Amino acid sequence: MAKKQLSLEEKKAWTGVLFATPLIIGLILLFILPLVQSLRYSFSSIQLKEGGFSVVYEGFSNYTSLFTTNPDYPRKLTESVVNMVVNVPIIIIFSLFAAMLLNQKFRGRAFARAVFFLPVILTSSAIAGISISFFVGGMTMGGAGGGAGAGQESVMKSVELKKLLLDSGLAPSIVGYLTGAVDRIYDIISASGVQILIFLAGLQSISTSLYEASKIEGATGYEIFWKVTFPMMTPLILTNVVYSIIDSFSMSAVNELINQAAFSLFDFGLSAAMSWVFFLVVAVILSVSVGLISRKVFYYD
Amino acid sequence: MKLPASQFNLFVQRYQPVERGKLVAWIALRTTLVLGFCFVILFPLFLRLSVAFRSKADIYDPTVLWIPRHFTWDNIRLAIQSIDYPTALWHTVLIACGTTLIQLVSCSLAAYAFARLKFKGSGLLFALVVFTIVVPPQTIMIPVYMTYRYFDLFGLVPLLTSHKSFNLIDTFWPFFISSGTAMGLKNGLYIYIFRQFFRGVPKELEEAALVDGSGLIRTFARIVAPNALPAFITVALFSFVWQWNDSYYVSLFLSRVKVLSTELMGMGMNLKDPDPIYQLMLLNTGVFLMMIPLLILYIFVQRHFVESVERTGITG
Repeated sequence: MAKKQLSLEEKKAWTGVLFATPLIIGLILLFILPLVQSLRYSFSSIQLKEGGFSVVYEGFSNYTSLFTTNPDYPRKLTESVVNMVVNVPIIIIFSLFAAMLLNQKFRGRAFARAVFFLPVILTSSAIAGISISFFVGGMTMGGAGGGAGAGQESVMKSVELKKLLLDSGLAPSIVGYLTGAVDRIYDIISASGVQILIFLAGLQSISTSLYEASKIEGATGYEIFWKVTFPMMTPLILTNVVYSIIDSFSMSAVNELINQAAFSLFDFGLSAAMSWVFFLVVAVILSVSVGLISRKVFYYD
Repeated sequence: MKLPASQFNLFVQRYQPVERGKLVAWIALRTTLVLGFCFVILFPLFLRLSVAFRSKADIYDPTVLWIPRHFTWDNIRLAIQSIDYPTALWHTVLIACGTTLIQLVSCSLAAYAFARLKFKGSGLLFALVVFTIVVPPQTIMIPVYMTYRYFDLFGLVPLLTSHKSFNLIDTFWPFFISSGTAMGLKNGLYIYIFRQFFRGVPKELEEAALVDGSGLIRTFARIVAPNALPAFITVALFSFVWQWNDSYYVSLFLSRVKVLSTELMGMGMNLKDPDPIYQLMLLNTGVFLMMIPLLILYIFVQRHFVESVERTGITG
């Protein structure tokens, strides 16, 4: 009996290895080796030859040139970090809010959900370059057009909101942040599709007995949110923060510089150095934010 | 004096006007917000649709708001010509369908191994998979490019044939090989989704199948996979859509083969019309052409997708 049990376990393990074989091959040959090679390239200069290429060790020169002679790299890198810091909190708050909206029962919910996930499908780097708002702007310059009205309207709204908030005595920096978020509402919505999906799945996994218990104890909706929903959501907030940070960096302008260095200048060493600095920055930011958030994360079981 | 007050109390108790008022206010606010967000998302889409059928004369006509006055197919015709739509569409469909199918197999198998068929080192392996999500693709771009540029089947080709290596750039092989080894676009995320889901499938189901004499592979194919249909739909949609929209890997591996996303980025240079606004209009039409197949697909899939959200098991 015990022997048979063992053999099933063994069989399972071997089938597991079999199932994971493609992944293992891929991990080694298309991930770990390239990672090591790219690190090596970043310390070298590479010459293409007939039927291959040669690698010459150059020490830290690629890295130092990045920060001393390259005009764009430090600026673009800080820009994308600032963008990330500005956008991720808004995206997280918005997607949690939207998920809570979509989790309620109302007529047309299926339609609303379908629309909210639409940006997941339509965001693309190729499309992002040709945004329709640009077109609206073009028409405004042209002096007329139907879309122009909408464009002006949104500018108007934001100005009114700004005045309102400033009059109510909020600090100008906060007001600027908020109105900036309102102005970029389309970008924010389109960047938070996957996050809404994750939050929604999480909201549905909270057991109703928790809500019933707190209602019987006399908790208000506000209290229920902060004492039940929010703590139960913290693991997913962590997931979503990680996802949003990665997503935000994947659209960074630094990527363009890296590509340019590799395929326009054919300086593979420089490009590899750029990508390693970029990776390290992303890794540091990720680990800091995961470290900060995971302290507050609450696990029910 | 006493009577109206008690009546008032009775009224409050029976109809609870405050609670109702709150509810109505919340419903109104919610409806406004949902409609507003839907508007923000749909507005550019409708604008694109409207602009795609406008003629040149309508651009400068301030009275044309939504419905074009001079309805025309010219934009669409020009856009189709300049991005070579049929060829590019065919290539894009091939790549997206191929990678999606291959990734579904490779990622779900690996994820099942992580969820149920644990072996020595599988934990470490899974940590590595999560690590692949974190590393930006740019970091390993050049070596991966070199691997496919001088592809020797991981060292096997020179041993077996007289060729030293193959050039796989400008073929579809890089996509299919990457997908087959679960190293394609965002495959770490797919493995993660599948693993979370497989862990939620009741163990008893698998054990019953095993007791009944079904092998592990058959158990996976016949019992576990059908139960994990929502996860398969979610991952299939993600992987199809992201591959469709991807311009990074496509521009890396394919320089001469025409694909929608890269054609679209180069479209501006192909247009010969001098009017910059008309050019924008054509570009917009190109974007619209790229979106249409996805939108049609989404209309059919979204029902499963939206329903399956409840059970995707994305949550930890």
